[in-house]
Amino acid sequence: MPNFIMSYLGSTVTPGEAGNQFWALIYVLIIFAGVSLAVVAMNWFERKALAHFQIRLGPMRVGPHGLLQPIADALKLALKEDIIPAEADQFVFWFAPVIGLLAAFTVYIVIPFGPSQAVSDMNIGVLFMLGVSSLGVLGIVVAGWASNSHYPLIGALRSSAQMVSYEVAMGLAVVSAVLMTSFNDKGTGTLSMIGIVQAQQQQGIWFVFKFFPLGLVAFVNFVIAMIAETNRAPFDMAEAESELTAGYHTEYSGLRWSLFMLAEYAAMIAVSSIAVTLWLGGWLRPFPNLLHAPAWDFIFSLFPGLTFGALAAIAVIGVMRMPAHPYFKVQRIGLAVFAALLGFIALFLLVIAVGARFADATNLPEKLEALLRIFARFSEGIDYVYWFVLKVALFMYLFIWCRATWPRYRFDQLMRVGWKVLLPITLVVLILTAIVGVIVS
Amino acid sequence: MSAPVKDGSKDNANDVSAHAQHHAIPSHLHLETPEKPYLDSNELIINMGPQHPATHGVLRVILKLDGEKVRGTECVIGYLHRGVEKIAENRTYTMFNPYVDRMDYVAAVSNGLGYCEAVEKLLNVEAPPRADYIRVILTELNRIASHQLWLGTHALDIGAMTPLFYTFRDREEILKIFERYCGARLTTHAFRIGGCQYETYAGFEKDVKNFLTFVAPKIDEYEELLTTNRIWLERTKNVGVISAEDCVALGVTGPVLRASGVKWDLRKAQPYAAYSKFDFEIPTGENGDTFDRYLVRMEEMRQSLRIVEQAVNSIPEGPIMAKVPKVIKPPVGEIYHSIEAPKGELGYFIVSDGSTQPYRLRVRPPSLVNLQALDVMVRGLLVADVIAVIGTIDIVLGEVDR
Repeated sequence: MPNFIMSYLGSTVTPGEAGNQFWALIYVLIIFAGVSLAVVAMNWFERKALAHFQIRLGPMRVGPHGLLQPIADALKLALKEDIIPAEADQFVFWFAPVIGLLAAFTVYIVIPFGPSQAVSDMNIGVLFMLGVSSLGVLGIVVAGWASNSHYPLIGALRSSAQMVSYEVAMGLAVVSAVLMTSFNDKGTGTLSMIGIVQAQQQQGIWFVFKFFPLGLVAFVNFVIAMIAETNRAPFDMAEAESELTAGYHTEYSGLRWSLFMLAEYAAMIAVSSIAVTLWLGGWLRPFPNLLHAPAWDFIFSLFPGLTFGALAAIAVIGVMRMPAHPYFKVQRIGLAVFAALLGFIALFLLVIAVGARFADATNLPEKLEALLRIFARFSEGIDYVYWFVLKVALFMYLFIWCRATWPRYRFDQLMRVGWKVLLPITLVVLILTAIVGVIVS
Repeated sequence: MSAPVKDGSKDNANDVSAHAQHHAIPSHLHLETPEKPYLDSNELIINMGPQHPATHGVLRVILKLDGEKVRGTECVIGYLHRGVEKIAENRTYTMFNPYVDRMDYVAAVSNGLGYCEAVEKLLNVEAPPRADYIRVILTELNRIASHQLWLGTHALDIGAMTPLFYTFRDREEILKIFERYCGARLTTHAFRIGGCQYETYAGFEKDVKNFLTFVAPKIDEYEELLTTNRIWLERTKNVGVISAEDCVALGVTGPVLRASGVKWDLRKAQPYAAYSKFDFEIPTGENGDTFDRYLVRMEEMRQSLRIVEQAVNSIPEGPIMAKVPKVIKPPVGEIYHSIEAPKGELGYFIVSDGSTQPYRLRVRPPSLVNLQALDVMVRGLLVADVIAVIGTIDIVLGEVDR
C-alpha cells in the first residue's frame, strides 16, 4: 500500500496520465477544497475591494476587518429556510444549481497548476474546457425555467442569448491560441492545456505577446467573452439586480442560492485559470528567458515566501492600528494570531526556497542532502502554483474592478457587441495569426 | 335615497366592479391570464413593484411585454398616499408648513419655499430681501442635493454602482449645512410664512463657500465616470425619447422638458424669491433622450453653484421676517403659486375661506405629472430601458402619492 501511495511521488506527469487513481482522487480533493476556500476568500476580497472603490469600509464587524464575514454568511445561508415555490418544477428546481456547480468544478480537471500539478492532462483539454464551462449556462436557464416565475424566466432567456453570442467569439479566440502552439519545429500544435503552456515555454514567449498585437487582441477578446460567460458586471443581465430583482435566482433562497454563488465564483476562477493558461504562460514565472541565471531562479523562488511575509506585515500593521479600547481586544488577538500564521507560512516557504538553493551543494551530510532534495522538489511545485495563483488573482481583481466601474449593458447591445464586434475581430485575428505564423516560421 | 331599489343595486354593482378595476390590472391593456403554466407564447404581464429595487420607492408598473419588448405600461400609484391635501384642510396655515416637507423629501426646502410663498401671496406679504437670499441659497443647495441623489440612483439603476457612493458623500456636505442652519437634515422646515425663522449661523457663508469649492471638481468627477463612458452612452442615448410637443401636451416640466429643447424655467419665466437678481443660464437639450436629461441636470448643478455663489457674495443685511400676524387668517380668495423645484413645476393652489385653515389646498407635484410621460417614453423599448426611464424622470413617490 505505501508503495502504491508513494509510487507517484517524483513523477513528472499528472496522476491522470500516470493512471494513478489514488493520487488523482487526492488532487481532486485538494482542488475542491482549494477552490472552495478561494471562493470564500474571494467573497471577502470582493466585498472589501468593492467597498474601497466606493469610499466605504465594507465588512468590519465579524472578525478583524470582516475576515470572518464569509463564514458568518455561509452559516446564515445554511440555516435559512429552504423554500421551493409551490408552482415550481420541483426536481428541476432542485437540480439546476447542481448543474451549475458541477460544470464549474469539472473544468478544474484539465487546469494545470504546474507541469504535473493537474488532475489529468487530456489531449483534447481545450475542447473539454470549452464544452464543460458553457454547460454552466444550462444550470441558469433551467433554474429560470423551473422557477415558473416571470423575472427568472427573463433572466434565463437573457443568459442563453448571451451565451450564444459569446461562445463563438470565445471559441475563436481560443483557436488562435491553439494555432500559436503549432509554430514550432514540428509544425504541430496541441489541444492539451499542459502542452499549450509548454509551447509557450519552448517558444519563449507568452501568447499574449506573440505576434504583437495579434495575441493581445485575441486575449482581450477572450477576457471580454469570459466576463460575459460568467455573467459578471458589466454583462450581468441574467441577474441584473435593478431590473429583474435577482434574475434567474429570484426564487432561490438559503443553501440552494449559495450553491449558485459558489458556482459563479468557481466559474470565475475557472475561466481566469483558462485565460492564464492560454495567454499568460500558466505556471511560468515572468521573464524565464531574459533572467534565466540560477541567481534569478533563486530570487524568483523567494517570491511566495515574501508575498506571505508582506501579507503578515500588513496584518501586523492592522493589529497596531486597531484602537486600544478593550472592545477590540478579541479582534486584535484574532488578527495577531492570523498575522502569526501568515508569518509562519512565510518563514516555512522561505526556508524551503533557501534550502532548495543549496540542494546541489557538495560536501553535504547525506541526511541533509536528502532533506534538501525534498525541499527542492517542494520549492519547484510551490513556485508553479504560486505564479499560477498570482495571475489568477489579478484576474479576480479585474472582475471586481469592472464591476465597480461600468454600468450594465443592455442585452441587445451585448449581442450586437458579441456578433458585430468581437466575432469579426477574432476571425481577423485568427486569419492573420495563421498568415503571420506561416511567414515567420 | 329616492332612487329605485333596482338602480341602487346597479350602483352597488358598479361600485364593486369599479373597486375591482381599480385594484386589478386595467382593462384597456387587454390582459389575459396565461392558462398554460409553462412556456406559453402569450404576451408576458409583469408586475414591477411596488417592491422592486429600482422603482424608487413604491411605484408599481404593470408591464405588458412581448419577449423583453415593452408593449404597454400602466402605473399604479397610491402606496404612499398620506392624504396631505386633506390634512391641510384640518390644520392652520402655520401647522401645515412642516407637512409639505414630507412630499418631495429629497427636496424638502423647495417644497417649503413654494408653500410659504403661496401663503405669503395670499396674505399679500413679502419676505424681506435677506430672507429671500437665504431662501435662494438653501433652495439651490437643495437642488444640487436632489440632483446628486437622482444621479446616484439613476446610475445604480443602469448598473454603475460607484457613482451612488460618490454623490452621497458630497450630498452629505449639503445636509451638514442644513443641519447647522435649522437642525434637520432632510425634512428641514427651513422657512416660515413671511421669511425665515432662523438667522444664518456664524460661519454659514464660509461653509457655503467651502462647499462651492469642494463640490465643483466633484461634479467633474461624476462626469468623468459617466459622460464619456461607452456603456453609459449606449444605455442612455436614444432611450426614452420624448418630443417637445409631447412634453407640453402631457404637462411635463423641469429638466425633462428642458432636455427636449424647451427653454422653460420658472426661475426665469416668473421670477420668485430673489432669482431675478442673479445671472444664470437655463441648460437645454436637443434630443429629449435620457442622455440629454442627464446632461441638463449635470449642467443645472453647475448653474446652481453659480447662483449660490452670487447670492452668498451679495447677501444683504436686514430683517429675516416680514410683519406677519400671529394668527394667519388670509382674506377670502384663491391663489396659485408655483416654483421651479428640482423635478419641475411645483405648484400650490390654495382656496381660503377667511378662516385659519385652508378651505382647499391642492398641490401640483412635478413627479406625478412627469410620471405620465413614462408610457410615451418606454413603448417599444426593453425592460432594462424601463428602469433607465423611471430613473431619468426622477420621481419621488412621496410626492407622487402625497
